[in-house]
Amino acid sequence: MSEAEPPLIEIDRLTKRFGHFTAVDDISFEVRRGEVLGFLGPNGAGKSTTMRMLAGFMPPSAGTARICGHDVQSDSVAARRMLGFLPEGAPTYPDMTVTGVLTFVARIRGYHGRDLPARLEDAIALTRLESVRLQPIETLSKGFKRRVGLALALLHDPPVLVLDEPTDGLDPNQKHEARELIRGMAQHKAIVISTHILEEVDAVCTRAIIIAAGRIVADETPTALCARHESGRLDDVFRELTTRSAARAAWERSKTLEDAA
Amino acid sequence: MRVSLIVARRELAGYFATPVASVFIVIFLVLQGALTFNIGDFFERGQADLGAFFTFIPWVFLLLVPAVTMRLWAEERRLGTIELLLSLPIREWEAVLGKFLAAWAFCAIALVLTFPIVITVNLLGSPDNGVIASGYVGALLTAAAFLAIGAAVSALTKNQVIAFVLGVAVCFVFAVTSYPLVTDFLSRQAPVLAAVARRLAVIDRFDDFVRGVVSARDLIFFVTFIVFWLFLNTMIIEARKAD
Repeated sequence: MSEAEPPLIEIDRLTKRFGHFTAVDDISFEVRRGEVLGFLGPNGAGKSTTMRMLAGFMPPSAGTARICGHDVQSDSVAARRMLGFLPEGAPTYPDMTVTGVLTFVARIRGYHGRDLPARLEDAIALTRLESVRLQPIETLSKGFKRRVGLALALLHDPPVLVLDEPTDGLDPNQKHEARELIRGMAQHKAIVISTHILEEVDAVCTRAIIIAAGRIVADETPTALCARHESGRLDDVFRELTTRSAARAAWERSKTLEDAA
Repeated sequence: MRVSLIVARRELAGYFATPVASVFIVIFLVLQGALTFNIGDFFERGQADLGAFFTFIPWVFLLLVPAVTMRLWAEERRLGTIELLLSLPIREWEAVLGKFLAAWAFCAIALVLTFPIVITVNLLGSPDNGVIASGYVGALLTAAAFLAIGAAVSALTKNQVIAFVLGVAVCFVFAVTSYPLVTDFLSRQAPVLAAVARRLAVIDRFDDFVRGVVSARDLIFFVTFIVFWLFLNTMIIEARKAD
């Protein structure tokens, strides 16, 4: 890991508005190789919206996002080649088998001939899908479905991973395995994971961003974050930061309404 | 194009992975057979041609083609897989083209399965097989025109029923624009549009093929019509994929 390398993810003043509602409000951050960024925030804070914009799926209202130097809007195909994305809820085609959907994505990513089965085997082994490889996805448990989503994101061994709630629906053992997997890859990649599970931040993240009402309210190492509260517990820090900023946002909103009236 | 074919292959396999394929093909063949032999008086006409068969093709397509296209985008939206698909290194138009090609190939398979009627008419008499071939080309192009409409409409919603009903309605409009019902109304209200409407009628173009006339003008019409709707489909996906 060289210090001179530019960040793999660059988000610059990214904003998303839905009508009058601002879901993501002018956020900027960078993620370098070797970093695992935990993206935290209450429901509706703008985590998934930010990740969708980063994946080039949702066009931003303002601001830019770049993956490995490629703008996700103007150079989106190049950006998406560098990206492994697990969308919220890990959607996959229910009538396809695990191997079927992995083959489909591998082909679109340009693998063919002997490379293709090799990539498939790697992804299946990494996410422990060996036992269900020929099963239709609709027959799988929630945990397996999530791992299929994870396998699809890892398939091409991308330098950038954006995972929206990768451990949601996994049992404690599977969570442990998924964290080991992420930790194992961390050195060579820039990884962003969103999560509600705060212990996960301690377990795998080198850095955490807390977002509330569309704004970044904290961006530091998990240790520094814990030190913000006298109890030293991330739960308390999270609650204090997100409720305080949500209250402020509500107050500002009522004030603009008053001004308008 | 390579990516479009990969998408098309997955989509086509998707038809056959569910009962959609068998239900569609059986209903198409039964309906087409019943109409040809009972209402079309295939035998009583005493002519060795497929006129009775082709008369009903556009109307059967009008009803069934939107059933083929309704799931194309609506289901991706409902399942959220559109987010998976469009975050792959793929351009929107490649996905649109791939889905269209799959639906078209599926309709082509259904059309090919009507071959017994071609054999029948050849056994009973000596038809002009050139005319029959041009009729089939026309049927394929009519299916493609309706498919392009249906796919674009499917991109507007995550509800397959809405996609189907809207698809039938829009296809119907473009099927009958040359009918007096429409042209009389338009020539009273807006004579310029009446002339345009007459030229946009898919069924009139199809009738040329059925008569054995394959003209560059009709071919250009179909290609332009299909490309227009695929373009519209791409615009809809680009603008509303994340809604």
